Amino acid sequence: MTTVPISAAADRRVPPLGGFNLTFLGLEIRRLLRNRRTVIFTLILPAAFFFMFGSGQTDPAARAYVLVSLGVYGAMIATTSGGAMVSIERAQGWSRQLRLTPLRPVAYIAIKVITAMVLGLASVVVDFAIGAAVGVHLTATQWIVCGLVAWLGALVFAAFGLFAGYLLPSENVMQILGPVLALLAFAGGLFVPLQFLDPTVQSLAKMTPAYGVGELARIPLTHDALGWAPVLNIVVWLGLFVVGAALLFRRDTRRV
Amino acid sequence: MQTATLRTAAPSTDAVRLDGLVKHFGSGDRQVTAVDGVDLAVRPGEIVAFLGPNGAGKTTTIDMMLGFSTPDAGTVQILGGTPADAVAQGRIAAVLQTGGLLKDLTVAETVRLTASLFPTARPVEEVLGRAGIADIAGRRVGSCSGGQQQRLRFALALLPDPDLLLLDEPTTGMDVEGRRDFWAAIRADAGRGRTVLFATHYLEEADEYADRIVLVRRGRIVADGTPAYVKSLAAGRTVRATLPDADQVALLSAPGVTSVEVRGDTVLLRTADSDATARFLLTRTPAHDLEVTAHSLEDAFIALTTDTTSTGSLR
Repeated sequence: MTTVPISAAADRRVPPLGGFNLTFLGLEIRRLLRNRRTVIFTLILPAAFFFMFGSGQTDPAARAYVLVSLGVYGAMIATTSGGAMVSIERAQGWSRQLRLTPLRPVAYIAIKVITAMVLGLASVVVDFAIGAAVGVHLTATQWIVCGLVAWLGALVFAAFGLFAGYLLPSENVMQILGPVLALLAFAGGLFVPLQFLDPTVQSLAKMTPAYGVGELARIPLTHDALGWAPVLNIVVWLGLFVVGAALLFRRDTRRV
Repeated sequence: MQTATLRTAAPSTDAVRLDGLVKHFGSGDRQVTAVDGVDLAVRPGEIVAFLGPNGAGKTTTIDMMLGFSTPDAGTVQILGGTPADAVAQGRIAAVLQTGGLLKDLTVAETVRLTASLFPTARPVEEVLGRAGIADIAGRRVGSCSGGQQQRLRFALALLPDPDLLLLDEPTTGMDVEGRRDFWAAIRADAGRGRTVLFATHYLEEADEYADRIVLVRRGRIVADGTPAYVKSLAAGRTVRATLPDADQVALLSAPGVTSVEVRGDTVLLRTADSDATARFLLTRTPAHDLEVTAHSLEDAFIALTTDTTSTGSLR
Protein backbone atom coordinates (compact mmCIF):
# COMPACT_ATOMS: atom_id res chain seq x y z
CA MET A 1 0.00 0.00 0.00
CA THR A 2 1.33 3.41 -0.84
CA THR A 3 1.18 6.06 1.79
CA VAL A 4 -0.05 9.44 0.76
CA PRO A 5 1.29 12.34 2.82
CA ILE A 6 -1.41 12.78 5.43
CA SER A 7 -2.13 16.39 4.88
CA ALA A 8 -1.50 16.52 1.15
CA ALA A 9 -4.99 17.78 0.63
CA ALA A 10 -5.35 19.61 3.90
CA ASP A 11 -6.19 23.23 3.80
CA ARG A 12 -3.27 25.10 5.29
CA ARG A 13 -4.44 28.37 6.71
CA VAL A 14 -3.17 30.82 9.26
CA PRO A 15 -5.58 31.30 12.21
CA PRO A 16 -7.80 34.38 12.32
CA LEU A 17 -7.03 37.03 14.95
CA GLY A 18 -3.49 35.72 15.32
CA GLY A 19 -4.71 32.77 17.36
CA PHE A 20 -6.84 34.77 19.79
CA ASN A 21 -9.87 32.68 20.82
CA LEU A 22 -12.28 32.15 23.67
CA THR A 23 -11.12 28.61 24.56
CA PHE A 24 -7.66 30.00 25.25
CA LEU A 25 -9.09 32.92 27.22
CA GLY A 26 -11.35 30.64 29.27
CA LEU A 27 -8.51 28.29 30.16
CA GLU A 28 -6.29 31.20 31.12
CA ILE A 29 -8.93 32.57 33.48
CA ARG A 30 -9.46 29.13 34.94
CA ARG A 31 -5.72 28.79 35.54
CA LEU A 32 -5.61 32.10 37.32
CA LEU A 33 -8.53 31.12 39.56
CA ARG A 34 -6.86 27.79 40.29
CA ASN A 35 -3.98 29.62 41.90
CA ARG A 36 -4.99 29.80 45.54
CA ARG A 37 -2.59 32.60 46.33
CA THR A 38 -3.96 34.76 43.52
CA VAL A 39 -7.53 34.21 44.70
CA ILE A 40 -6.64 35.07 48.29
CA PHE A 41 -4.77 38.22 47.38
CA THR A 42 -7.20 39.56 44.81
CA LEU A 43 -10.62 38.49 46.01
CA ILE A 44 -10.34 37.89 49.73
CA LEU A 45 -7.63 40.22 50.99
CA PRO A 46 -9.23 43.55 49.88
CA ALA A 47 -12.52 42.45 51.43
CA ALA A 48 -10.72 41.43 54.65
CA PHE A 49 -8.96 44.81 54.73
CA PHE A 50 -12.31 46.48 54.43
CA PHE A 51 -13.59 44.62 57.49
CA MET A 52 -10.44 45.58 59.37
CA PHE A 53 -10.16 49.25 58.44
CA GLY A 54 -13.37 50.34 56.76
CA SER A 55 -16.53 48.84 58.14
CA GLY A 56 -15.74 50.10 61.65
CA GLN A 57 -15.50 53.73 60.56
CA THR A 58 -18.35 55.82 61.94
CA ASP A 59 -18.20 58.41 59.18
CA PRO A 60 -20.04 57.06 56.07
CA ALA A 61 -17.75 59.14 53.84
CA ALA A 62 -14.69 57.48 55.39
CA ARG A 63 -16.25 54.03 54.86
CA ALA A 64 -16.86 54.84 51.23
CA TYR A 65 -13.31 56.21 50.88
CA VAL A 66 -11.84 53.00 52.25
CA LEU A 67 -14.11 50.80 50.15
CA VAL A 68 -13.32 52.48 46.83
CA SER A 69 -9.61 52.68 47.66
CA LEU A 70 -9.52 48.98 48.46
CA GLY A 71 -11.39 48.31 45.22
CA VAL A 72 -8.55 50.04 43.40
CA TYR A 73 -6.04 48.07 45.49
CA GLY A 74 -7.69 44.72 44.69
CA ALA A 75 -7.90 45.54 41.01
CA MET A 76 -4.24 46.51 40.89
CA ILE A 77 -3.13 43.28 42.55
CA ALA A 78 -5.38 41.30 40.21
CA THR A 79 -4.18 42.92 37.01
CA THR A 80 -0.54 42.85 38.09
CA SER A 81 -0.86 39.11 38.82
CA GLY A 82 -2.47 38.58 35.43
CA GLY A 83 0.22 40.49 33.57
CA ALA A 84 3.01 38.90 35.56
CA MET A 85 1.87 35.44 34.47
CA VAL A 86 4.18 35.92 31.48
CA SER A 87 7.08 35.67 33.88
CA ILE A 88 6.03 32.25 35.15
CA GLU A 89 5.42 31.08 31.60
CA ARG A 90 8.83 32.21 30.49
CA ALA A 91 10.45 30.55 33.50
CA GLN A 92 8.66 27.27 32.77
CA GLY A 93 9.53 27.44 29.07
CA TRP A 94 5.89 27.60 27.98
CA SER A 95 6.54 30.62 25.77
CA ARG A 96 8.96 28.46 23.78
CA GLN A 97 6.29 25.82 23.40
CA LEU A 98 3.84 28.48 22.19
CA ARG A 99 6.30 29.52 19.52
CA LEU A 100 5.58 26.17 17.88
CA THR A 101 2.02 27.34 17.24
CA PRO A 102 0.64 30.02 14.91
CA LEU A 103 -0.18 32.18 17.95
CA ARG A 104 0.92 35.75 17.24
CA PRO A 105 2.74 37.49 20.09
CA VAL A 106 0.22 40.34 19.99
CA ALA A 107 -2.67 37.91 20.46
CA TYR A 108 -0.82 36.34 23.40
CA ILE A 109 -0.40 39.74 25.06
CA ALA A 110 -4.06 40.57 24.40
CA ILE A 111 -5.09 37.32 26.11
CA LYS A 112 -2.91 38.16 29.10
CA VAL A 113 -4.30 41.68 29.42
CA ILE A 114 -7.92 40.54 29.08
CA THR A 115 -7.38 37.75 31.61
CA ALA A 116 -5.85 40.27 33.99
CA MET A 117 -8.76 42.66 33.49
CA VAL A 118 -11.35 39.93 34.07
CA LEU A 119 -9.74 39.13 37.39
CA GLY A 120 -9.52 42.85 38.15
CA LEU A 121 -13.25 43.20 37.52
CA ALA A 122 -14.00 40.24 39.78
CA SER A 123 -11.93 41.82 42.52
CA VAL A 124 -13.78 45.17 42.29
CA VAL A 125 -17.18 43.45 42.17
CA VAL A 126 -16.46 41.30 45.24
CA ASP A 127 -15.15 44.29 47.16
CA PHE A 128 -18.16 46.48 46.26
CA ALA A 129 -20.65 43.69 46.98
CA ILE A 130 -19.23 43.29 50.46
CA GLY A 131 -19.26 47.05 50.97
CA ALA A 132 -22.89 47.27 49.93
CA ALA A 133 -23.77 44.33 52.15
CA VAL A 134 -22.26 45.93 55.27
CA GLY A 135 -23.89 49.29 54.76
CA VAL A 136 -21.90 51.55 52.46
CA HIS A 137 -24.53 53.64 50.72
CA LEU A 138 -23.69 55.15 47.38
CA THR A 139 -25.89 56.31 44.54
CA ALA A 140 -26.13 54.05 41.51
CA THR A 141 -23.98 56.48 39.53
CA GLN A 142 -21.35 56.50 42.26
CA TRP A 143 -21.20 52.70 42.38
CA ILE A 144 -20.87 52.43 38.63
CA VAL A 145 -18.44 55.27 38.01
CA CYS A 146 -16.22 54.44 40.99
CA GLY A 147 -16.21 50.79 39.99
CA LEU A 148 -15.47 51.45 36.33
CA VAL A 149 -12.65 53.86 37.09
CA ALA A 150 -11.10 51.51 39.67
CA TRP A 151 -11.32 48.67 37.17
CA LEU A 152 -10.22 50.42 33.97
CA GLY A 153 -7.53 52.37 35.80
CA ALA A 154 -6.03 49.01 36.72
CA LEU A 155 -4.92 48.74 33.10
CA VAL A 156 -1.88 50.67 34.34
CA PHE A 157 -1.07 47.67 36.53
CA ALA A 158 -1.79 45.10 33.85
CA ALA A 159 0.94 46.87 31.90
CA PHE A 160 3.08 46.99 35.05
CA GLY A 161 2.61 43.24 35.51
CA LEU A 162 3.67 42.56 31.92
CA PHE A 163 6.66 44.85 32.30
CA ALA A 164 7.72 43.16 35.55
CA GLY A 165 6.99 39.74 34.02
CA TYR A 166 9.39 40.36 31.17
CA LEU A 167 11.93 41.94 33.49
CA LEU A 168 12.00 39.16 36.09
CA PRO A 169 11.89 35.64 34.70
CA SER A 170 10.85 33.92 37.86
CA GLU A 171 8.19 31.52 39.02
CA ASN A 172 7.78 33.54 42.20
CA VAL A 173 7.41 36.95 40.66
CA MET A 174 4.36 37.84 42.78
CA GLN A 175 6.34 37.31 45.96
CA ILE A 176 8.48 40.20 44.81
CA LEU A 177 5.64 42.27 43.45
CA GLY A 178 3.28 41.83 46.42
CA PRO A 179 5.27 44.07 48.79
CA VAL A 180 5.96 46.50 45.94
CA LEU A 181 2.23 46.82 45.32
CA ALA A 182 1.53 47.34 49.03
CA LEU A 183 4.09 50.14 49.05
CA LEU A 184 2.63 51.70 45.92
CA ALA A 185 -0.87 51.45 47.38
CA PHE A 186 0.32 53.22 50.51
CA ALA A 187 2.07 55.94 48.53
CA GLY A 188 -0.98 56.28 46.31
CA GLY A 189 -3.20 57.06 49.29
CA LEU A 190 -5.16 53.83 49.12
CA PHE A 191 -4.56 52.87 52.74
CA VAL A 192 -4.23 56.27 54.40
CA PRO A 193 -5.33 59.60 52.86
CA LEU A 194 -2.25 61.51 51.76
CA GLN A 195 -3.31 64.60 53.74
CA PHE A 196 -2.03 62.82 56.84
CA LEU A 197 1.48 62.62 55.44
CA ASP A 198 4.37 65.08 55.54
CA PRO A 199 3.98 67.63 52.67
CA THR A 200 7.27 66.62 51.03
CA VAL A 201 6.34 62.96 51.18
CA GLN A 202 2.91 63.90 49.88
CA SER A 203 4.23 65.59 46.77
CA LEU A 204 6.49 62.61 46.04
CA ALA A 205 3.65 60.17 46.71
CA LYS A 206 1.50 61.95 44.14
CA MET A 207 3.96 60.89 41.47
CA THR A 208 3.61 57.17 42.20
CA PRO A 209 1.49 55.03 39.88
CA ALA A 210 -1.41 54.16 42.19
CA TYR A 211 -2.15 57.76 43.07
CA GLY A 212 -3.83 58.75 39.81
CA VAL A 213 -6.24 55.81 39.71
CA GLY A 214 -7.12 56.19 43.41
CA GLU A 215 -7.84 59.92 43.09
CA LEU A 216 -9.86 59.50 39.94
CA ALA A 217 -11.90 56.60 41.33
CA ARG A 218 -12.88 58.67 44.39
CA ILE A 219 -13.98 61.79 42.51
CA PRO A 220 -17.65 60.65 42.44
CA LEU A 221 -17.50 60.49 46.26
CA THR A 222 -15.82 63.82 46.88
CA HIS A 223 -17.38 65.72 43.97
CA ASP A 224 -13.99 67.35 43.46
CA ALA A 225 -13.34 68.89 40.10
CA LEU A 226 -11.53 66.60 37.71
CA GLY A 227 -7.94 67.79 38.08
CA TRP A 228 -5.21 67.23 35.52
CA ALA A 229 -2.77 65.70 38.01
CA PRO A 230 -4.37 62.24 38.40
CA VAL A 231 -5.10 61.96 34.68
CA LEU A 232 -1.54 62.92 33.81
CA ASN A 233 -0.31 60.42 36.42
CA ILE A 234 -2.30 57.60 34.79
CA VAL A 235 -1.31 58.50 31.26
CA VAL A 236 2.40 58.81 32.06
CA TRP A 237 2.63 55.57 34.06
CA LEU A 238 0.56 53.62 31.57
CA GLY A 239 2.78 54.94 28.78
CA LEU A 240 5.98 54.05 30.65
CA PHE A 241 4.86 50.52 31.49
CA VAL A 242 3.54 49.81 27.99
CA VAL A 243 6.73 51.03 26.35
CA GLY A 244 8.87 49.17 28.89
CA ALA A 245 6.92 45.95 28.41
CA ALA A 246 7.02 46.31 24.63
CA LEU A 247 10.80 46.82 24.61
CA LEU A 248 11.43 43.83 26.88
CA PHE A 249 8.96 41.76 24.91
CA ARG A 250 10.79 42.47 21.66
CA ARG A 251 14.09 41.54 23.26
CA ASP A 252 12.48 38.36 24.53
CA THR A 253 11.05 37.19 21.22
CA ARG A 254 14.30 37.89 19.44
CA ARG A 255 16.28 35.88 21.95
CA VAL A 256 17.49 32.46 20.93
CA MET B 1 -8.60 5.06 2.12
CA GLN B 2 -7.67 8.50 1.02
CA THR B 3 -8.17 9.47 -2.60
CA ALA B 4 -4.95 10.56 -4.17
CA THR B 5 -5.40 14.30 -4.46
CA LEU B 6 -1.75 14.94 -5.07
CA ARG B 7 -0.63 18.50 -5.14
CA THR B 8 1.40 19.11 -8.25
CA ALA B 9 4.13 21.08 -6.52
CA ALA B 10 4.54 18.92 -3.44
CA PRO B 11 6.37 15.80 -4.63
CA SER B 12 9.41 17.71 -5.87
CA THR B 13 9.76 19.82 -2.73
CA ASP B 14 12.14 18.70 -0.03
CA ALA B 15 10.70 18.56 3.46
CA VAL B 16 13.88 20.12 4.78
CA ARG B 17 16.57 21.83 2.82
CA LEU B 18 19.62 23.29 4.52
CA ASP B 19 22.33 24.98 2.49
CA GLY B 20 25.65 25.98 3.98
CA LEU B 21 24.14 26.50 7.40
CA VAL B 22 26.43 28.22 9.92
CA LYS B 23 25.75 29.41 13.45
CA HIS B 24 28.19 30.91 15.93
CA PHE B 25 27.71 31.69 19.57
CA GLY B 26 29.62 34.21 21.62
CA SER B 27 32.13 36.60 20.12
CA GLY B 28 35.82 37.31 19.79
CA ASP B 29 38.18 34.69 21.20
CA ARG B 30 35.34 32.88 22.87
CA GLN B 31 33.34 32.42 19.73
CA VAL B 32 32.09 28.90 19.28
CA THR B 33 30.89 27.60 15.96
CA ALA B 34 27.95 25.37 16.83
CA VAL B 35 26.94 24.62 13.25
CA ASP B 36 29.68 24.74 10.67
CA GLY B 37 28.42 24.43 7.11
CA VAL B 38 25.59 21.92 7.15
CA ASP B 39 23.97 20.90 3.86
CA LEU B 40 21.04 18.57 4.12
CA ALA B 41 18.02 17.65 2.05
CA VAL B 42 15.29 15.50 3.55
CA ARG B 43 12.71 14.08 1.17
CA PRO B 44 9.04 13.85 2.13
CA GLY B 45 8.25 10.67 4.03
CA GLU B 46 11.78 9.98 5.23
CA ILE B 47 12.53 9.18 8.85
CA VAL B 48 15.90 10.69 9.54
CA ALA B 49 18.01 10.38 12.66
CA PHE B 50 20.27 13.28 13.44
CA LEU B 51 22.87 11.37 15.38
CA GLY B 52 25.74 12.87 17.27
CA PRO B 53 27.21 13.38 20.71
CA ASN B 54 26.08 16.22 22.97
CA GLY B 55 27.33 19.52 21.67
CA ALA B 56 27.48 18.39 18.04
CA GLY B 57 25.09 21.17 17.00
CA LYS B 58 21.90 19.14 16.73
CA THR B 59 19.68 21.38 18.84
CA THR B 60 21.08 24.52 17.25
CA THR B 61 20.25 23.15 13.81
CA ILE B 62 16.73 22.22 14.90
CA ASP B 63 16.23 25.69 16.38
CA MET B 64 17.08 27.17 13.00
CA MET B 65 14.70 24.77 11.24
CA LEU B 66 11.94 26.08 13.50
CA GLY B 67 12.90 29.70 13.01
CA PHE B 68 13.77 30.10 16.69
CA SER B 69 17.14 31.44 15.67
CA THR B 70 18.52 32.78 12.43
CA PRO B 71 21.61 31.32 10.75
CA ASP B 72 24.76 33.43 10.52
CA ALA B 73 25.22 32.06 7.01
CA GLY B 74 23.32 29.73 4.73
CA THR B 75 19.62 29.15 4.25
CA VAL B 76 16.85 27.03 5.70
CA GLN B 77 13.88 25.93 3.65
CA ILE B 78 11.05 24.01 5.24
CA LEU B 79 8.59 22.40 2.83
CA GLY B 80 9.62 24.92 0.22
CA GLY B 81 9.06 27.98 2.40
CA THR B 82 10.38 29.75 5.46
CA PRO B 83 10.29 28.13 8.91
CA ALA B 84 7.96 30.88 10.15
CA ASP B 85 5.43 30.15 7.41
CA ALA B 86 5.62 26.42 8.09
CA VAL B 87 4.94 27.02 11.79
CA ALA B 88 2.12 29.49 11.11
CA GLN B 89 0.46 27.00 8.76
CA GLY B 90 0.93 24.10 11.14
CA ARG B 91 3.01 22.19 8.58
CA ILE B 92 5.94 21.68 10.94
CA ALA B 93 5.71 20.61 14.57
CA ALA B 94 8.29 19.66 17.15
CA VAL B 95 8.89 17.90 20.41
CA LEU B 96 11.57 19.98 22.06
CA GLN B 97 14.00 19.15 24.78
CA THR B 98 13.30 22.38 26.57
CA GLY B 99 9.74 23.33 25.63
CA GLY B 100 7.99 23.82 28.94
CA LEU B 101 4.48 22.88 29.87
CA LEU B 102 2.17 24.63 32.30
CA LYS B 103 2.07 22.66 35.53
CA ASP B 104 -1.30 24.03 36.58
CA LEU B 105 -3.22 22.77 33.54
CA THR B 106 -4.37 19.19 33.08
CA VAL B 107 -3.12 17.07 30.21
CA ALA B 108 -6.39 17.45 28.29
CA GLU B 109 -6.57 21.19 28.94
CA THR B 110 -3.06 21.64 27.60
CA VAL B 111 -4.06 19.85 24.41
CA ARG B 112 -7.32 21.80 24.17
CA LEU B 113 -5.53 25.10 24.63
CA THR B 114 -2.94 24.30 21.98
CA ALA B 115 -5.61 22.98 19.61
CA SER B 116 -7.47 26.27 19.89
CA LEU B 117 -4.48 28.08 18.39
CA PHE B 118 -4.64 26.20 15.09
CA PRO B 119 -7.32 26.93 12.48
CA THR B 120 -7.76 23.20 11.96
CA ALA B 121 -6.58 20.66 14.47
CA ARG B 122 -7.04 16.95 15.01
CA PRO B 123 -9.56 16.11 17.73
CA VAL B 124 -8.20 16.22 21.28
CA GLU B 125 -9.20 12.61 22.04
CA GLU B 126 -7.49 11.38 18.90
CA VAL B 127 -4.08 12.89 19.66
CA LEU B 128 -4.28 11.84 23.30
CA GLY B 129 -4.95 8.30 22.12
CA ARG B 130 -2.20 8.32 19.54
CA ALA B 131 0.30 9.61 22.06
CA GLY B 132 -0.85 6.96 24.53
CA ILE B 133 -1.96 9.34 27.27
CA ALA B 134 -5.75 9.14 27.03
CA ASP B 135 -5.82 7.48 30.46
CA ILE B 136 -4.18 10.47 32.16
CA ALA B 137 -6.16 13.20 30.38
CA GLY B 138 -7.45 14.61 33.66
CA ARG B 139 -4.11 14.64 35.44
CA ARG B 140 -2.32 17.90 36.24
CA VAL B 141 0.77 18.29 34.10
CA GLY B 142 2.80 19.04 37.25
CA SER B 143 2.18 15.53 38.55
CA CYS B 144 3.02 13.71 35.30
CA SER B 145 6.30 11.82 34.93
CA GLY B 146 8.95 13.02 32.51
CA GLY B 147 7.94 10.37 30.00
CA GLN B 148 4.27 11.31 30.25
CA GLN B 149 5.12 14.97 29.74
CA GLN B 150 7.17 14.04 26.71
CA ARG B 151 4.24 12.11 25.25
CA LEU B 152 2.05 15.14 25.96
CA ARG B 153 4.47 17.24 23.90
CA PHE B 154 4.17 14.61 21.21
CA ALA B 155 0.36 14.86 21.39
CA LEU B 156 0.64 18.64 20.99
CA ALA B 157 2.89 18.15 17.98
CA LEU B 158 0.29 15.90 16.35
CA LEU B 159 -2.49 18.49 16.63
CA PRO B 160 -1.86 20.41 13.39
CA ASP B 161 -1.32 17.13 11.53
CA PRO B 162 2.10 18.38 10.43
CA ASP B 163 3.88 17.27 7.28
CA LEU B 164 7.17 17.42 9.14
CA LEU B 165 7.83 16.45 12.73
CA LEU B 166 11.07 17.35 14.52
CA LEU B 167 12.00 15.55 17.72
CA ASP B 168 14.91 16.85 19.73
CA GLU B 169 16.34 14.13 22.00
CA PRO B 170 12.78 13.01 22.67
CA THR B 171 13.58 10.22 25.10
CA THR B 172 16.11 11.97 27.31
CA GLY B 173 15.38 11.24 30.92
CA MET B 174 12.93 8.43 30.20
CA ASP B 175 13.28 4.99 31.66
CA VAL B 176 13.50 1.97 29.40
CA GLU B 177 9.79 1.35 29.42
CA GLY B 178 8.92 4.99 28.81
CA ARG B 179 11.35 5.05 25.93
CA ARG B 180 9.83 1.95 24.38
CA ASP B 181 6.27 3.30 24.71
CA PHE B 182 7.30 6.62 23.25
CA TRP B 183 8.91 5.06 20.20
CA ALA B 184 5.99 2.71 19.74
CA ALA B 185 3.72 5.78 19.51
CA ILE B 186 6.07 7.54 17.08
CA ARG B 187 6.48 4.45 14.94
CA ALA B 188 2.74 3.86 14.74
CA ASP B 189 2.37 7.44 13.61
CA ALA B 190 5.24 7.49 11.13
CA GLY B 191 3.52 4.68 9.24
CA ARG B 192 1.14 7.36 8.03
CA GLY B 193 3.71 8.95 5.76
CA ARG B 194 4.86 11.88 7.83
CA THR B 195 8.42 13.13 7.50
CA VAL B 196 10.21 12.73 10.80
CA LEU B 197 13.60 14.06 11.82
CA PHE B 198 14.83 13.23 15.28
CA ALA B 199 17.99 14.17 17.09
CA THR B 200 19.52 11.58 19.35
CA HIS B 201 22.80 10.56 20.82
CA TYR B 202 21.72 6.94 21.14
CA LEU B 203 23.04 4.85 18.29
CA GLU B 204 20.49 2.09 18.92
CA GLU B 205 17.65 4.55 18.69
CA ALA B 206 18.85 5.85 15.34
CA ASP B 207 19.49 2.33 14.12
CA GLU B 208 16.11 1.03 15.14
CA TYR B 209 13.80 3.84 14.09
CA ALA B 210 15.40 5.72 11.19
CA ASP B 211 15.53 5.05 7.44
CA ARG B 212 18.50 7.30 7.23
CA ILE B 213 21.14 8.43 9.67
CA VAL B 214 22.88 11.75 9.45
CA LEU B 215 25.90 11.67 11.68
CA VAL B 216 27.06 15.02 12.99
CA ARG B 217 30.21 16.00 14.76
CA ARG B 218 31.28 19.47 15.78
CA GLY B 219 28.67 21.15 13.66
CA ARG B 220 29.45 19.19 10.51
CA ILE B 221 27.87 16.21 8.84
CA VAL B 222 30.41 13.40 8.87
CA ALA B 223 28.28 10.61 7.45
CA ASP B 224 24.90 10.31 5.81
CA GLY B 225 23.20 7.14 4.68
CA THR B 226 21.14 4.13 5.62
CA PRO B 227 21.62 2.74 9.12
CA ALA B 228 23.46 -0.23 7.64
CA TYR B 229 25.83 2.06 5.77
CA VAL B 230 26.52 4.32 8.71
CA LYS B 231 26.90 1.36 10.99
CA SER B 232 29.43 -0.11 8.64
CA LEU B 233 31.38 3.12 8.85
CA ALA B 234 30.93 3.44 12.54
CA ALA B 235 31.39 -0.21 13.32
CA GLY B 236 34.46 -0.49 11.08
CA ARG B 237 36.81 -3.41 11.39
CA THR B 238 40.49 -3.85 11.48
CA VAL B 239 42.07 -6.37 9.14
CA ARG B 240 45.48 -7.44 10.31
CA ALA B 241 47.82 -9.36 8.04
CA THR B 242 51.41 -10.29 7.63
CA LEU B 243 52.70 -8.52 4.56
CA PRO B 244 56.43 -7.77 4.21
CA ASP B 245 57.38 -4.65 2.27
CA ALA B 246 53.81 -3.38 2.19
CA ASP B 247 53.02 -0.55 -0.20
CA GLN B 248 51.10 1.84 2.07
CA VAL B 249 49.72 3.97 -0.73
CA ALA B 250 48.43 1.02 -2.69
CA LEU B 251 46.81 -0.42 0.42
CA LEU B 252 45.06 2.85 1.17
CA SER B 253 43.26 2.62 -2.16
CA ALA B 254 42.18 -0.97 -1.53
CA PRO B 255 38.42 -1.52 -1.20
CA GLY B 256 36.93 -0.29 2.08
CA VAL B 257 40.20 0.82 3.61
CA THR B 258 40.12 4.05 5.58
CA SER B 259 43.55 3.98 7.19
CA VAL B 260 46.75 1.99 7.02
CA GLU B 261 49.29 1.36 9.71
CA VAL B 262 52.49 -0.61 9.11
CA ARG B 263 54.35 -2.25 11.99
CA GLY B 264 57.30 -4.09 10.61
CA ASP B 265 55.95 -7.04 8.62
CA THR B 266 52.45 -6.51 9.96
CA VAL B 267 49.87 -4.22 8.40
CA LEU B 268 46.75 -2.96 10.19
CA LEU B 269 44.00 -1.81 7.87
CA ARG B 270 40.97 -0.02 9.22
CA THR B 271 38.15 -0.80 6.87
CA ALA B 272 34.50 -0.18 6.32
CA ASP B 273 34.18 -3.39 4.33
CA SER B 274 36.31 -6.11 5.84
CA ASP B 275 35.22 -8.76 3.32
CA ALA B 276 36.33 -6.70 0.34
CA THR B 277 39.55 -5.72 2.04
CA ALA B 278 40.34 -9.31 2.96
CA ARG B 279 39.56 -10.50 -0.55
CA PHE B 280 41.84 -7.86 -1.94
CA LEU B 281 44.67 -8.82 0.39
CA LEU B 282 44.37 -12.51 -0.37
CA THR B 283 44.00 -12.24 -4.12
CA ARG B 284 46.13 -9.24 -5.04
CA THR B 285 48.93 -9.34 -2.48
CA PRO B 286 51.09 -11.99 -0.85
CA ALA B 287 49.47 -11.22 2.50
CA HIS B 288 48.79 -14.12 4.86
CA ASP B 289 47.72 -14.85 8.46
CA LEU B 290 44.68 -12.61 8.15
CA GLU B 291 42.82 -11.60 11.26
CA VAL B 292 39.60 -9.55 11.28
CA THR B 293 38.56 -7.75 14.46
CA ALA B 294 35.30 -5.93 14.93
CA HIS B 295 34.95 -2.96 17.19
CA SER B 296 31.92 -2.59 19.36
CA LEU B 297 29.36 -0.32 17.75
CA GLU B 298 29.47 2.07 20.61
CA ASP B 299 33.26 2.38 20.62
CA ALA B 300 33.31 2.93 16.90
CA PHE B 301 30.55 5.51 17.06
CA ILE B 302 32.50 7.40 19.66
CA ALA B 303 35.60 7.16 17.49
CA LEU B 304 33.74 8.43 14.46
CA THR B 305 32.19 11.36 16.24
CA THR B 306 35.06 12.48 18.40
CA ASP B 307 38.29 11.41 16.70
CA THR B 308 39.58 14.47 14.87
CA THR B 309 42.08 12.47 12.79
CA SER B 310 39.51 10.26 11.09
CA THR B 311 39.30 10.42 7.35
CA GLY B 312 37.50 13.70 6.95
CA SER B 313 34.15 13.88 5.33
CA LEU B 314 32.73 10.48 4.58
CA ARG B 315 29.64 11.74 2.84
